[in-house]
Amino acid sequence: MTDVFVAADNIVSPLGMTTAQNFDQLKAGRSGVSRHERPELSSQPFYGALFQPDSFPLKIYTKFEQLVQASVREALQASDILPGDPRTIFILCSTKGNIHLLDEDAHTHRDRLSLPGSAASLARHFQFAQTPIVISNACISGLLGMITGLRLIRAGLYENAVVAGADVLSGFILSGFGSFQALSAGFCKPFDKDRDGINLGEGAATVVLSSRPEYRQGIRLSGGAVSNDANHISGPSRTGEELRQVIGRSLSDARCDAGDIGFISAHGTATAYNDEMEAKAITLAGLQDVPVNSLKGYYGHTLGAAGLIESIVTLASMREELVLPSRGFEHNGVTTPLNVASSLLHVPLNTCLKTASGFGGCNAAVVLSK
Amino acid sequence: MECITASSVIRNSTVYRNGEVVFTTGAGAPAEFLLSVYQFLNLQYPKFYKMDSLSRLGWIASEVLLGEGWDRAAYKPEEVAIVLANASSSLDTDYKYIATTKDIPSPSVFVYTLPNIVMGEICIRNNFKGENAFFLSESFDAGLIWQYVSLLLGGGIARACIAGWVELLGEDYTAALFLVEQNSSSGAPIFSPENMNRIFNASTTGHAD
Repeated sequence: MTDVFVAADNIVSPLGMTTAQNFDQLKAGRSGVSRHERPELSSQPFYGALFQPDSFPLKIYTKFEQLVQASVREALQASDILPGDPRTIFILCSTKGNIHLLDEDAHTHRDRLSLPGSAASLARHFQFAQTPIVISNACISGLLGMITGLRLIRAGLYENAVVAGADVLSGFILSGFGSFQALSAGFCKPFDKDRDGINLGEGAATVVLSSRPEYRQGIRLSGGAVSNDANHISGPSRTGEELRQVIGRSLSDARCDAGDIGFISAHGTATAYNDEMEAKAITLAGLQDVPVNSLKGYYGHTLGAAGLIESIVTLASMREELVLPSRGFEHNGVTTPLNVASSLLHVPLNTCLKTASGFGGCNAAVVLSK
Repeated sequence: MECITASSVIRNSTVYRNGEVVFTTGAGAPAEFLLSVYQFLNLQYPKFYKMDSLSRLGWIASEVLLGEGWDRAAYKPEEVAIVLANASSSLDTDYKYIATTKDIPSPSVFVYTLPNIVMGEICIRNNFKGENAFFLSESFDAGLIWQYVSLLLGGGIARACIAGWVELLGEDYTAALFLVEQNSSSGAPIFSPENMNRIFNASTTGHAD
């Protein structure tokens, strides 16, 4: 089977504008999450990871589009891959795209409420030769984008895939998660016994995938799979069986088994139900002793960007053989305890797993291999 | 060889299964029309009433698609995939949710502000636990759906797939679903972009085949 390599990557977040800047901040133990009083977003103060106000003012391009541009531009510069090459596909992932425009009662850019329209304008900006593929599949959107790129390249349909994900933290999203009573009153605490909900975040991230031989020194995206719980549209599986199923299918797709996995980057939203379900799934998969973390304490939940941001941090962890502590975790709070990283761990990392789950009952996993 | 073993199309106040009119009524708003289809088909599913319009449209289309004669026991839950697309994402419900935030934000409306929820509803109804993907494109892109579904079926990632288009915004709606399986019934059209487009477009001209 064709090997697919990560040729370049980028994270644009409140912690930095490149993967290296982000990883330096993470290693120093800095979080992008803080307390905000932003009446234009929420009548209540809230904890989240946000860019400075007005750092991406509405011009020709929206904030969402400017985030994607910053991330894709830097990732493309770090590779030799050309957007105009017909063997390159652009895959854009987001849950809500430009829905932040609805907050602002903006009467311009109405056409951009359509994510395909926004993607087309981004594709023109970068002069991609191919029509972009747009994915909107709740909080697995970023991982599904990577899996789609992997499958298209393996099938020989493309040689390169530029997979970008972004979401902007809007009043729309804040009020929605608030209406579910899903927001933490303070800093989120994934897998902890005192966890009380999520912090939201915003950002963009890009991986450039390629089958070209000059990227053989890089880390491979070696497997991936998607499933549905068929249980509830806003609550996760009671058993974790369906997430276990995608973990198992991703491992077989990557031709490895549970014993090969050195680290798991979990979804870990810090809601009671998500973390419990994930712990069950990871245990069912026989991975309960493998070091695991959630990055939500650093980035908040960045929705459609989360799978990409967290996969890219996993890539950086693999390059430096360094597992980051799971910020906010002190005492086990799930019925099947996991090996949650509580300090920086220096360990060999050859094969790692990234998981995500989302509304609509969707689950996804990818395997990254040296 | 993969074939389209069934299709359902809902548009212009008319429901088609395999090209034949199942139900038609005078023009009406989508909510009113979809409720009349639900009642006509005598579907008994209380969750229907909780769904937003996009989910109702896609769910009814899936009920029509899978309604009769499909050997669902031939598949394990994880072998059935759903691959859908539309142009407007969940924008119809996004506007409705924003309206609730002027008063008390509604969690039961917010949960439908993602286009993939319709796939969750179809999975819950049918206990499908396989692959999901929701794509957005400006118009029905049979080539993209064909390409992705072919990767799933050809790669052994799924054995059957419900694929197609579920679009709803304001007064405009169109659903076109295709059941794609390895050739099991003789005479079923080959799974191809041309055949998907032919079925998709047949209902617009009134010449259903």
